[in-house]
Amino acid sequence: MANKHPDSRPVQPPAQPDTGGKRIDQPTGTETVGHEWDGIEELDTPMPRWWLCTLYATIVWGIVYVILYPAWPLLEKGTEGVLGWTSRGQLAEEMSLADQAQTSFREELSRIPIERLPDNSALMAQAVAGGRAAFKVNCVQCHGSGAAGSKGYPNLNDDDWLWGGDLKAIEYTLAHGIRQPGDDETRMSIMPAFDGVFEPAQREALVSHVLSLSGKGRSNSMGAQLYDENCVICHGPNGEGDRSLGAPQLNDAIWLYGSSRAEITRQILDPRMGMMPKWEHRLDPVTIKMLAAYAHSLGGGEDFVEVAEDPAVPVDEQP
Amino acid sequence: MEAVLGRVGMWFGITLLAIIAIALAQDTGFAASMTVVAVVAFGFLIATTARFDPMARVQGLFRMPTDPSRYDDDPVRWGIIATVFWGVVGFSAGLFIALQMAFPALNLDSQFTTFGRLRPLHTSAVIFAFGGNALIATSYYVVQRTCRARLAFPALARFVFWGYQMFIVLAAVGYIYGVTQSKEYAEPEWFVDIWLTIVWVAYFIVFVGTLARRTEPHIYVANWFYLSFIITIAMLHIINNLAMPVSIVGSRSYPMFAGVQDALVQWWYGHNAVAFFLTVPFLAMMYYFVPKQANRPIYSYRLSILHFWSLIFLYIWAGPHHLHYTALPDWAQTLGMVFSVVLWMPSWGGMINGLMTLNGAWDKVRTDPIIRMMVVALAFYGMATFEGPMLSIKAVNSLSHYTEWGIGHVHSGALGWNGMITFAAVYFLVPRLWKRERLYSLRMINWHFWLATLGIVFYASSMWVAGLTQGLMWREYGPDGYLVNSFVESVAAMHPLYVLRAFGGFLYLCGGSLMVFNVWKTIKGELREEAPMTGAPYDPAKDRPIVAVPAE
Repeated sequence: MANKHPDSRPVQPPAQPDTGGKRIDQPTGTETVGHEWDGIEELDTPMPRWWLCTLYATIVWGIVYVILYPAWPLLEKGTEGVLGWTSRGQLAEEMSLADQAQTSFREELSRIPIERLPDNSALMAQAVAGGRAAFKVNCVQCHGSGAAGSKGYPNLNDDDWLWGGDLKAIEYTLAHGIRQPGDDETRMSIMPAFDGVFEPAQREALVSHVLSLSGKGRSNSMGAQLYDENCVICHGPNGEGDRSLGAPQLNDAIWLYGSSRAEITRQILDPRMGMMPKWEHRLDPVTIKMLAAYAHSLGGGEDFVEVAEDPAVPVDEQP
Repeated sequence: MEAVLGRVGMWFGITLLAIIAIALAQDTGFAASMTVVAVVAFGFLIATTARFDPMARVQGLFRMPTDPSRYDDDPVRWGIIATVFWGVVGFSAGLFIALQMAFPALNLDSQFTTFGRLRPLHTSAVIFAFGGNALIATSYYVVQRTCRARLAFPALARFVFWGYQMFIVLAAVGYIYGVTQSKEYAEPEWFVDIWLTIVWVAYFIVFVGTLARRTEPHIYVANWFYLSFIITIAMLHIINNLAMPVSIVGSRSYPMFAGVQDALVQWWYGHNAVAFFLTVPFLAMMYYFVPKQANRPIYSYRLSILHFWSLIFLYIWAGPHHLHYTALPDWAQTLGMVFSVVLWMPSWGGMINGLMTLNGAWDKVRTDPIIRMMVVALAFYGMATFEGPMLSIKAVNSLSHYTEWGIGHVHSGALGWNGMITFAAVYFLVPRLWKRERLYSLRMINWHFWLATLGIVFYASSMWVAGLTQGLMWREYGPDGYLVNSFVESVAAMHPLYVLRAFGGFLYLCGGSLMVFNVWKTIKGELREEAPMTGAPYDPAKDRPIVAVPAE
């Protein structure tokens, strides 16, 4: 051992007169090494066998491991290891396995027109599952993890749709976005700002009338007249809205920017208009289809049947 | 007189330079740090010039040892007080940021109180302020006793203590102002790093100087561990902080390494901060205080040699396991993992030597709360050094990395091992340093022990569950082959576990507060009247059968 003291050879006859400070420790029956610091002595216990064996075993394991896997840096690059394993290779393999498992499903989904998707319930279920995963990566930031939205960001669980709630309309919105600059096909509409147009009394009357559409305020003739002159063309005579223009329904309880008088006033004078990015350049068509199926499945999805019966009126084709 | 004049001139010069630096400062953080420097230097200026009585107390803070037949224990006493003080500061900061995780409103909408700025305040306070002061103080104490020699260079030893406190304050002020080089556990910027380098070199000189003056023929094992800590931390600190300041009067700097090389150097530093700051020197404390408190010889001299050399040889290579599945080349990841796994037994060598030293004194675990703390410290050391190699295995790491499991692992080591062994050392030292008959209260140590242990159990178990939950949620695939959870869902799932973690931290802080009280009372010289800590009472008079007395 590292002990160079002349009198500390491991075996000493107990009768030796000079023990170099060594003694037998009574409770353990082990000999001490013979040093002492501030009253602290050390026993000459051999290393525990299990400890030493485990240490050797981990060293042997380590040697085998560095032969099997890339381990030693050389001049140009590191050793590659007998198994030829790389972390990039592992990722590529796992991704391709995951892709393979979905290949047939994705091909089938890419072939089927989205309005025919509900006919194939198994395919629809898979599309909804895939859409749920894609939604959590791409959509929760605005629409929330439960798709319940928040102020300014539409709730996708209800049946109130600004631009249409059947599969095809949703797919179109996803692909082209809403008010996406640089896309000619994007859903586009602008609500004019009425700041400075109305007298304060007129403004109050109009807000009351708008609230009365959903039974919350008192209808009044001045408000009704102003509504007919300024609002009815987009929002409809009874506030039913117009999906071809993305004009919100005003006669329901759902308010994107709030239902208080102040919030409605603000929306009339200086309207905010939401913007949704287009996804057709970031996501492949199959993923967009899956997202449409998922959004459709959340509770407010509308049937496509009516439009299919009357193809001459392509309600949701045009922005 | 000339010497006094010279010193006054020096402090005046430093004050002036600091004020100039404040005036020219490129950012508030640097100005705030320089304000600290100016205030401290001005304080010294006053203390040096003043000759009236009230300053005698201040002078006492720097008094030099007079009696050569006594060990030089003043810096040890200051260091123990600093340890206790910074400990409670660090625990409180930790509790606060734990509550911020559970209740984000506690960020208080101010840049100075955001989690991002308070988190390094917590880690630096507990690692460098609480741990560092404990290490400096105990190393001064242990090296003198085991060398049977007084501290070499007493003036330098005092500079080390006060200079180190200066480093802590400068670092903390910087964090609050957002001054950071964004390297974990190496957040302070270049000017603070340079200051710490000067202090650390002085520390090295004091320690080696004392070793050189020893009257014992051999160097005790605790001193090997302390010395390797001082040398390696110097090397790690200098290399990881190589940087070019943008301006000599600004806090910003750019590191010398870039990209994956910077990441590798950072984690080489980061992991070895764990190794050579939180493991090796705390083992040195163990090697002195456990045999002293148990009054037993060290279990195995041979084991201490083999585990010391294998530990310091292997630890330095383990850093790359922090960068599994990153841009770091595969070969470096493999080596980091292999060295980490082989490190398992060398780490356990210290635990075996500590626990088995109690052979022949195991009954003290029942009666001596300080021994109890040491045993639990070593048990947590053993657990953490098994968990570490396990977490370094790539397959495990792919699940555990970036999750709360890492936080749980670190805290079972930090609260269990570093905290407990430090508390034990503080309780051992305080009556001896202040020449008291005993501590104010032994039963209070027992309370501290149970509060801390229970706190660790809450902390570690909640973070293990949290980490596994996160890891499993992030990788959960549904039957259709798609990821099931969004990130924010995993955040929401953490809330109850964060609350439990904060509760554990609260218990630990309560234990630390009891220590402050106990140490305070002990230093004041008070003794609490309390029943002694023994087992069931034994009355030999009643320990006999009742013999029927025949009627007469």
